Amino acid sequence: MSQAALQRLKERFPDAVTEAYTGPGGDDVALVKRESVEEVCRFLKSDPGMAFDMAPYITAVDYMGSEPRFELVYQMYSTTKNHRLRLRVGVPESEPVVRSVTPLWKGANWYERYCWDMYGIHFEGHPDMRRLYMYEEFVGHPLRKDYSLRGRQPLIPERQVDEPFRGPGPSGS
Amino acid sequence: MSKATQTAILPAPAAAGPLDAPFPTKRMLVNLGPSHPAMHGTVRAVVELDGEAVHSMRLDIGFLHRGFEKSCENVTWTQVFPYTDRLNYVSSIMNNVGYALAVEKLAGLQIPERAQYLRVITSELHRICDHLTLISAMGLELGAMTVLIYGMEARDLIWDRLTELCGARLTSNYARVGGVSRDVPPGWNEKVLRTLDRAEELRVEIDRLLTRNRIVIDRTRGTGVMSREDAIDYGFTGPCLRASGVSYDVRKASPYLVYDRVEFDVPVGSNGDNFDRYLMRMEEMKQSDRIVRQCLEQMQPGAIAADDSRYVLPPKPEVYGSIEGAMAHFKIIMEGIQVPAGEAYAYVEAANGELGFYAVSDGGGRPYKLGVRAPGWNMLMGLPQMMEGRLLADLIPTFDTINMIGGEVEQ
Repeated sequence: MSQAALQRLKERFPDAVTEAYTGPGGDDVALVKRESVEEVCRFLKSDPGMAFDMAPYITAVDYMGSEPRFELVYQMYSTTKNHRLRLRVGVPESEPVVRSVTPLWKGANWYERYCWDMYGIHFEGHPDMRRLYMYEEFVGHPLRKDYSLRGRQPLIPERQVDEPFRGPGPSGS
Repeated sequence: MSKATQTAILPAPAAAGPLDAPFPTKRMLVNLGPSHPAMHGTVRAVVELDGEAVHSMRLDIGFLHRGFEKSCENVTWTQVFPYTDRLNYVSSIMNNVGYALAVEKLAGLQIPERAQYLRVITSELHRICDHLTLISAMGLELGAMTVLIYGMEARDLIWDRLTELCGARLTSNYARVGGVSRDVPPGWNEKVLRTLDRAEELRVEIDRLLTRNRIVIDRTRGTGVMSREDAIDYGFTGPCLRASGVSYDVRKASPYLVYDRVEFDVPVGSNGDNFDRYLMRMEEMKQSDRIVRQCLEQMQPGAIAADDSRYVLPPKPEVYGSIEGAMAHFKIIMEGIQVPAGEAYAYVEAANGELGFYAVSDGGGRPYKLGVRAPGWNMLMGLPQMMEGRLLADLIPTFDTINMIGGEVEQ
């Protein structure tokens, strides 16, 4: 789909991009180091030859048993160039922290909250790092492979009426 | 939360005229939802009101979260189809097709032409249903009850055709890895054409009732505005992005199935407001109608599923008559199809925009991971920006036209 973009990215960031390949069905993929996500994304968005202007779809995968355990996946799309790129970023279990790309794309906001909620990957610099689907008293991260399929959690006491919308709570900060 | 970039229509400030009495107001916190007739699905919006204007808005979602991904990781690849039906339950076949394409991309599987045509025909019929639902609901909520009646009649006629094809009105479960589950019953094509004719009559009625209606125009034009730049920045796709002036349609940008063999236009708006989003839907229904008619003409008899016993169940006479057939059947049912290890992202143009499936396989019979890029997610994310500084009453048409579907957004 966009071999040229992939090649350029690799030349521009020889250290940050550890591997580049074309996957099944012709998806162009770049493996990016965790420390460089923000820098690479800023380049991909602002460079006129790349112009990945649309907010990426971000999700995570839990490869339990291998190192690094988690992987963040960014599906990029450019409306002007009509090309696509996928970034895969390994995230270790010991330090599941990545720089947020929400300052670059507003649309990344909920996807990053989703990754925090479901996988427990924290995004530094995110304006509103709360859980997305689950309530904040929920313990654990349901899409981790070691979370039981039928894991039930106790009911929580009713919240105070004077705080109808809680801010970042114990789980978020 | 950022302030709205658009020009705010705030109520006249207190004591605007020399004879007006000063009228101090206090900000009020109002909970809309999770169960509210105007909040489709179960979304909760906490709105801080300044008089009648929305000062700030926060969304609280997840009331309909059913653990789609977790469920999918624990069933075989084929058993995922019924779960995808329940993402966008108004146009389930498009979800089926999107997921099937993701698995086929991973497996490198080619599907027969007739199956491709059937997928396109059913997807486009469902697109008409989806848009009709949105427009009917919008009419209802803006006080045009008749539109709902007309829309439901047209929608249910189309759903009747799909019921004849797949046995269910809503949860179609029609596509399969490698093809589709059933061929059309005798006489179905003619019935579809007659259904489309009737649906068109009803669509024209709706168009006459709404498009030049003073009330509808007043309530939708200039409300819920999203600029072109912000729409891209939020990741809007589908009619909502096109209403803001970006002509991005997956069917044109990277054609899949047989979309490159049919002629159709992609409508593009300019204002990015509710009225443009409504007009996009009206026009897209016409285009879907065109696509279905062309496909019915072009479609030739043939196989409806790939002839590959690794992925597709063998025909029943073979299962009962040969040991190979029985083995293949047993393996697919008990272990699931064995999809090669790897990861792939497949995307289709669903009724509300780009619906993407990110599938990861470890080579086993179950998805290792199945991520869904639901189009409504991004639109709902942008809702607070569209609403801040606007009247609370504008929330109703805006919520309608972004067409957020709880099933897919909250997974």
